[in-house]
Amino acid sequence: MSAPHPKYASNDGVIEAARAALGDRLIDASEAVGEVRLDVKREALPEAMRILRDELSYQQLMEIAGVDYPERPERFEIVYMLLSLTKNHRLRVHVSTDETLPVPSVTGLWPVAGWLEREVYDMYGVLFDGNPDLRRILTDYGFRGHPQRKDFPLTGFVELRYSEEEKRVVYSPVKLAQDFRTFDFTSPWEGAEYVLPGDEKAKVPEDRGAPTPLKADEVKK
Amino acid sequence: MSDPTLIVADPHAAVFEAGGLGVSGPMPVGQETGEVAIANYTINFGPQHPAAHGVLRLVMELDGEIVERVDPHIGLLHRGTEKLIEYKTYLQALPYFDRLDYCSPLNMEHSYVLAIEKLLGLEVPLRAQYLRVLFAEISRISNHMLNLGSHVMDVGAMTPNLWLFEVREDTYGFFERASGARMHMAWFRPGGVHQDVPLKLLTDIGDWVDTRLKLFEDAISLVADNRIFKQRNVDIGVVSREDAIAWGFSGPMIRAAGIPWDIRKSQPYDVYDRMDFEIPVGTNGDCYDRFMVRVEEVRQSARIIKQCLAEMPEGPIASLDRKVVPPKRGEMKQSMEALIHHFKLYTEGFHVPAGDVYVATESPKGEFGVYLVSDGTNKPYRCKIRPTAFSHLQAMDFMMKGHMLADTTAILSAIDVVFGECDR
Repeated sequence: MSAPHPKYASNDGVIEAARAALGDRLIDASEAVGEVRLDVKREALPEAMRILRDELSYQQLMEIAGVDYPERPERFEIVYMLLSLTKNHRLRVHVSTDETLPVPSVTGLWPVAGWLEREVYDMYGVLFDGNPDLRRILTDYGFRGHPQRKDFPLTGFVELRYSEEEKRVVYSPVKLAQDFRTFDFTSPWEGAEYVLPGDEKAKVPEDRGAPTPLKADEVKK
Repeated sequence: MSDPTLIVADPHAAVFEAGGLGVSGPMPVGQETGEVAIANYTINFGPQHPAAHGVLRLVMELDGEIVERVDPHIGLLHRGTEKLIEYKTYLQALPYFDRLDYCSPLNMEHSYVLAIEKLLGLEVPLRAQYLRVLFAEISRISNHMLNLGSHVMDVGAMTPNLWLFEVREDTYGFFERASGARMHMAWFRPGGVHQDVPLKLLTDIGDWVDTRLKLFEDAISLVADNRIFKQRNVDIGVVSREDAIAWGFSGPMIRAAGIPWDIRKSQPYDVYDRMDFEIPVGTNGDCYDRFMVRVEEVRQSARIIKQCLAEMPEGPIASLDRKVVPPKRGEMKQSMEALIHHFKLYTEGFHVPAGDVYVATESPKGEFGVYLVSDGTNKPYRCKIRPTAFSHLQAMDFMMKGHMLADTTAILSAIDVVFGECDR
């Protein structure tokens, strides 16, 4: 018995087929935690997606997700979730970019990409070259900043309230009655980000809590 | 009139514009022929509208009563769920999923717990898998009761909605008896479910499926062959197979278009591979097909519920891996180790191995996916939620083109849109 996650067709031969079909458009292809991941060159994305759709029959684009890795030179990763209805298989296509380099839009291949790209633009500020309607979608009209970036604070910068004097809703800077509290519950032996008294000369612990030694695909299943 | 297109905030205000009725009054074109050119005008539908199923603002360009263009403005219920989840441990993030699609909370939790289990490589006891499937199907019925009822009401009938709410109320009773909460259950947990159900609850669910769904059949019999209902739904918002694929449709929307695609069947999770059920498929891809696909799904869900009740084994209801699933209180009173595990799991939480997965399940509305990125700590690095309504609502524009203004409500409720999920 294994984890009860959704089980689709096996990944055997998928990477080889993708390598053969995509050629040098592909940077890297790997399989981890039972999922196939293709890293594609940014400028070759629409052509690679067309090949995946028409030749390898991944007919549906289900989702576009952005991820922010501020420590990388190209900080944003755009992840396209593809689904093949005929082969019953899923695939992820990853592309990396930064604040200024636009990603070619795939709205020409899938009209559904229109809103999905708008959302990534709204949340991360990633530009999509060729999207005919790249407006904000989820945030307020006139919102400033891109809230899903790791350097955007959870509390945001402005808050809304109804002003009795002006008889309308106004924006004002966030004022918190108490500081936003993040409790560090990780054990001091593993992941504490502060230096314990007396430990000043010891090695500075790693960032962001303790990493587990195993990767997800190395776990015995 | 000087201004041919006029944007007004209040749809009712449009009628009372200076110049009398009709926002853009008739403009003389050919004096001899008596022809008049009527300019398009733009109105707002919502954000507060009882047929908008939440806070949706549709900016509509109308030619008379014919809809030329629809621009849905969403995000009015955006609460930053994905951002909040990045600041919570895996367990603390779970209740946020109840608040996405608040009509089928357990189905939202389902994708999330399966994603965590996939990253952890965690086995789940069989009874827990049966319980999850059982309650996922009860949620499906609950969700469809709301949608079918409100769809009927949106096109003009009142009675079926009241009857279907009776059935829906029963399901909330079951949720309360299983988890203690009527709406936001937080009952599916990584590794299983939170607590076991009493035997009486299972027998009551069995009786309910046998007897109470009669009410649902009665309600549907009032509308399924009703002439007015058909006039309002047949051939409204037709979507072809090709369009359904290109626009990323899933769930009842893609099935109504004639594609037999159901993740429960093709990519089974939990114990769906043991279940015997059928997938209803539409022929025409219109609002009526979507309605009838959901009606048949309720019957199939009832079949799955009966099978779950018949086959459910005894045993633990959550994984016994104490590094993920906290022990129960009784055990804590006896064992020091259990006490430590309990404390650590409810403060620090468990660490999930680094990696990323995209796990999608069949929610009542379609494919509900979670793209979970873990960096090996006790908090998700990124949790992208794939809402079903996003792609469906985006297709509003081409589905509405050429239809009457009154068809908006039929198309909108046949999408089955809930803004908690759409806006996140």
